[in-house]
Amino acid sequence: MANYLLRRVILGLAVLVVAMLLLFLLIYAVPGDPATIALGPRASEAQKAFFREQMGLDDPLPVQALTFLWNLMHGDFGTDILSQRPVADLVFAALPKTILLAVVGVLWAAVIGVPLGIWAAMRPNTWTDWVIGIISTSVVALPAFLTAIYALILFAVQLSWFPAIGAGEPGNYGDQAHHLVLPAFAIGVAWVGYIARLVRVAMLETLAQPHVRTYRSFGVSDLRIALRFVLPIAVVPVISVLGVGMGNLLSGAVLVEVVFSRPGLGSMAYDAVISRNFPVLLGSVVVTTALYVVANFIADAAIAYLDPRLAEKG
Amino acid sequence: MNNLVREPILSLDDVSITYPGAPAPAVRGVTLDVAQGETLGLVGESGSGKSSLAAAIIGLLPDGSQIGGTVRFEGRDLAHMPARTLRALRGTEIATIAQDPFTALNPIMRIGRQLDEFQHWRGDLNRAERRARATDMLAQVGLSDPEVRMTQYPHQMSGGILQRIAIAAALLAEPKLLIADEPTTALDATTEAQILGIMADAKARVRGATVFITHDISVVERLCDRVAVLYAGELVESGTVAQVLEAPKHPYTQALLACDPARIGKPTRSLPTIPGTVPAPDNLPQGCVFAPRCPVAIECCETIRPKLESAGPGRRAACHLVNT
Repeated sequence: MANYLLRRVILGLAVLVVAMLLLFLLIYAVPGDPATIALGPRASEAQKAFFREQMGLDDPLPVQALTFLWNLMHGDFGTDILSQRPVADLVFAALPKTILLAVVGVLWAAVIGVPLGIWAAMRPNTWTDWVIGIISTSVVALPAFLTAIYALILFAVQLSWFPAIGAGEPGNYGDQAHHLVLPAFAIGVAWVGYIARLVRVAMLETLAQPHVRTYRSFGVSDLRIALRFVLPIAVVPVISVLGVGMGNLLSGAVLVEVVFSRPGLGSMAYDAVISRNFPVLLGSVVVTTALYVVANFIADAAIAYLDPRLAEKG
Repeated sequence: MNNLVREPILSLDDVSITYPGAPAPAVRGVTLDVAQGETLGLVGESGSGKSSLAAAIIGLLPDGSQIGGTVRFEGRDLAHMPARTLRALRGTEIATIAQDPFTALNPIMRIGRQLDEFQHWRGDLNRAERRARATDMLAQVGLSDPEVRMTQYPHQMSGGILQRIAIAAALLAEPKLLIADEPTTALDATTEAQILGIMADAKARVRGATVFITHDISVVERLCDRVAVLYAGELVESGTVAQVLEAPKHPYTQALLACDPARIGKPTRSLPTIPGTVPAPDNLPQGCVFAPRCPVAIECCETIRPKLESAGPGRRAACHLVNT
């Protein structure tokens, strides 16, 4: 188990390094002179040269790449062009808000989606199964930003049940929760359907395994078999798909934050793009990537905990 | 002696089984009794309906299957019993041992927790007592370090150990009827011999009767008192093991014994086989189901289906040549 987890950590770090290098190349390949973009068209040649010198832009490419990595590893994400504050401070202030949104969004989706999937799998090819199938397949197709816009119009603007903008007063948890409802709803809707479909397939596959028959031949009830002996096996593939799907979840969170003007990594990245605030954009992208890697690690660890066979194989 | 004591534990009368969506029944007109203290060997090739019969007895045929006739267990008809009542018999009065020990247990749960769950009907015991019973039973089926086994997962054990655990699980129920569905088919020859030894002990501890499903005549010889031979979903011959193996009446039983490698005395270059194939349930011959493959079939075998009739004391056969 420890061995398996250690290998996952090393793999995760490798993924992070490769992702950072790709990101660096992407930035490097952006057309235009960074000094001109940063200082504006009216900056003098001397100013530009000084800027290049300071940012290390005249160094050879590999040196620049290594410096880039080195700085990131030390938590140095550069300085916000607008506020002159360290980007790391801004990014880590926004990070918990985005994590909260993503976690609450996927959690409520799991709380609804998992039972729906189990229910459908226990009554395959009946009306129950078909109705759950139709509903879950239709909501899967809904993009989070669209759900967000409609939720905003209906529940915030027309019905005024929930606030439309922001994340709530600092320190006032009730108010923050109130502000979280609609964005989390918008992120989770598609996931309800996705999780229900995944759970149904995995449950059906596991229910067909011979050990289920053993339990039935000992008179264990079907519901108990499903919940205690089939679900722990069936959630394993669901968790690994969800781990990979974290990328989708995070990009959903970005758009939903923009729609609801919620502070967070998403809206920060969006504002940075608009104002060409490169260091901030970079910082939010780096942290989002790290978040994705960490989410995958948590998924792998959960799988190893649930299925002892995997942990032994490594 | 009053009648109650003599009543068979398990009594099948004209049992037929039709799977959902199947055009014809897979098992037809099976009538047999298993008496108190008896071990019945249910013999047949794959597709003969032996596992279907076992599934029908414990009520685990797929949803929508039709059972005709009656399956009486201590006088109660299992085939037409509410599902809930039948479920309460499984794991208490009727216990089963599955065919493949490698897949019969939950792969991600420790043995101890599974053996605890199999005793779920024993609300009178607390968890520690159930675990103690399980550990004790593992020792009784010949496992060393039963405490260690309790903490292990199925993938950490060999087939022989897993099958002993399955036998222990069945014995924990203290059943009146034990059904073993080819419990040694998935094992190698050495392990098979060990498990058959354990099975012989196990059936001696069962309060009522044991049904042993197998395709292997030598297993029947070793463990069973009576034998029932199935062919293409029909019972073709039944009797005591001594009678049937020494002087088989039905040509199918004769052919089956002739094919058993253990009974071939002379050196041979090729093992005998029964020519032809088992007919499909929806494409049965008009007369005797075995007639197309029977070496001694006469004219009436092709047109008239023979009934299962008495063929001497305590034995029956379904063959025109025996009954006329």
